[in-house]
Amino acid sequence: MRNVLTIFRRELAAYFATPLAYVFIVIFLVMAGILTFFVGNFFERGQADLQPFFTFHPWLYIVLIPALAMRLWAEERRSGTIELFLTLPIRMTEAVAGKFLAAWCFAGIALILTFPFWLTVNFLGHPDNGVILASYIASWLMAGAFLAVGACVSAVTKNQVIAFVVTAALVFVFTVAGSPIVLGVFQGWAPEWLLHGVAQASFLVLFSAIPRGVIDLRDVVYFLSIIVAFLAANAILIDLEKAE
Amino acid sequence: MLEIRHLVKSFGPLIAVDDVSFTVPQGEVLGFLGPNGAGKSTTMKMITGFLAPTAGTAIICGYDIATQPIPAKRHIGYLPEGAPAYPDMTPDNFLGFIAHIRGFSGEEARRRISRVVEMIRIAEVMHQPIETLSKGYKRRVGVAQALLHDPDVLILDEPTDGLDPNQKYEMRSVIAAMRPNKAIIISTHLLEEVEAVCSRAIIIAHGRILADGTPAELAQRSRHHNAVRLAIVGGADANVRAELAALPGVAGVDTAGNGLIVFSRGGDPVVGAIADLARERGWTVSGLQVERGRLDDVFREITTPHPIAAAA
Repeated sequence: MRNVLTIFRRELAAYFATPLAYVFIVIFLVMAGILTFFVGNFFERGQADLQPFFTFHPWLYIVLIPALAMRLWAEERRSGTIELFLTLPIRMTEAVAGKFLAAWCFAGIALILTFPFWLTVNFLGHPDNGVILASYIASWLMAGAFLAVGACVSAVTKNQVIAFVVTAALVFVFTVAGSPIVLGVFQGWAPEWLLHGVAQASFLVLFSAIPRGVIDLRDVVYFLSIIVAFLAANAILIDLEKAE
Repeated sequence: MLEIRHLVKSFGPLIAVDDVSFTVPQGEVLGFLGPNGAGKSTTMKMITGFLAPTAGTAIICGYDIATQPIPAKRHIGYLPEGAPAYPDMTPDNFLGFIAHIRGFSGEEARRRISRVVEMIRIAEVMHQPIETLSKGYKRRVGVAQALLHDPDVLILDEPTDGLDPNQKYEMRSVIAAMRPNKAIIISTHLLEEVEAVCSRAIIIAHGRILADGTPAELAQRSRHHNAVRLAIVGGADANVRAELAALPGVAGVDTAGNGLIVFSRGGDPVVGAIADLARERGWTVSGLQVERGRLDDVFREITTPHPIAAAA
């Protein structure tokens, strides 16, 4: 546990050691604002809620979260520090968890910094703050799932650009799994249960359900299992591909 | 303290390390020599638990690196090839991170960091990002990191690469000073380094151990072992050379600089016979020196598939 914390602290500091952290946060806030106010018609809707804000999170995350995840392991591979890191007396699970939690915490910080949206909506009306809190939690869980996918992809390459592109493509597929684009691939040959399962696995379907009500425990479990599954794959892939 | 048992590593059809076994007791500095691609770094990566061996294992202070990696790694200090360190961090932050991972905190961590900083002399760069440091400083930061927890087993992959001659001398003094309490392996290309710091040398090529002995023992395998350098006032004519070559135990005579070098057959001493001959013939000898042998000779002979003809 102590090791996880040490690795977590180093990784989180590493985000702020380069302009990446600041660029990420500024772009995230600006884009969230543009999408909410111009594309989401925040004011024209005349409703005191943050639905236009949260609706665009999956799309923002497809572009931005891979940028957070890409450096996690690819950079260690490129600079050779992976050899130093993995010959320290730490468990693989501690290494994987420490890195992931740092990235997830950073995503959380970016999310918290969107509080002016929450202030605005509370200033203008009387929104259901319970729903807003649930939406924030769901958004953060989704960011975690995206990051776990990204960490896993980052584990097999030393090229951060490849890590970014592959992660973005993968999380896009996850996000739109319920849409005709993906379902079309399965239609015609896949059994009904598989088709149904793929449609249910869509991040978009899951996520869009949340802002309307409370968090469904099954959705939380789903996101957490995605995180655990991809982090487990991450640990295995690092173990297999150390030499490269 | 360190026991390597039948290590094998293959990458697909390529066998990088082929049945390497040796032990390093406390107080020994083992020089690991070999041409590029000989399997030195791969062996070190397996000993330190970075790569899983295809077969065999390494025992560090009684802990098997394959089955008890965490306690085994606690006893190892490792400088990987190229001395990698996080480029965005300062040496101060970096060593702080290593100290925490090694289980030290607060006052204890500060004390250990300042000890290695003084030992390796990196105090003046402690607050600069590592990526801005010179190659020599980067290397020293890597060594500092390996020494932080005062490990029983020290594995240094090219610890003096990129250092200037003064820094090399200092680094060798540091290694020599630590020697009594540790088992140390260093890999190097520099044969003079082996003679300067190592109590034992292993030459490896194509993944196999080809020679294992003290530097002096290895040097004895050189054709220069017990060869004699001779300088005669007025120069040496063909007559002198022929007389020297005719001496019993002399394998051949060659020109070397301003004088001659007389090789001995089988490494037996010939200096006495040469001195007697010079006295008998009344040659005015201005220089007479017995060679101990050259490691680079031995290294070349052992590691090239077709030894140079002159070496025979």
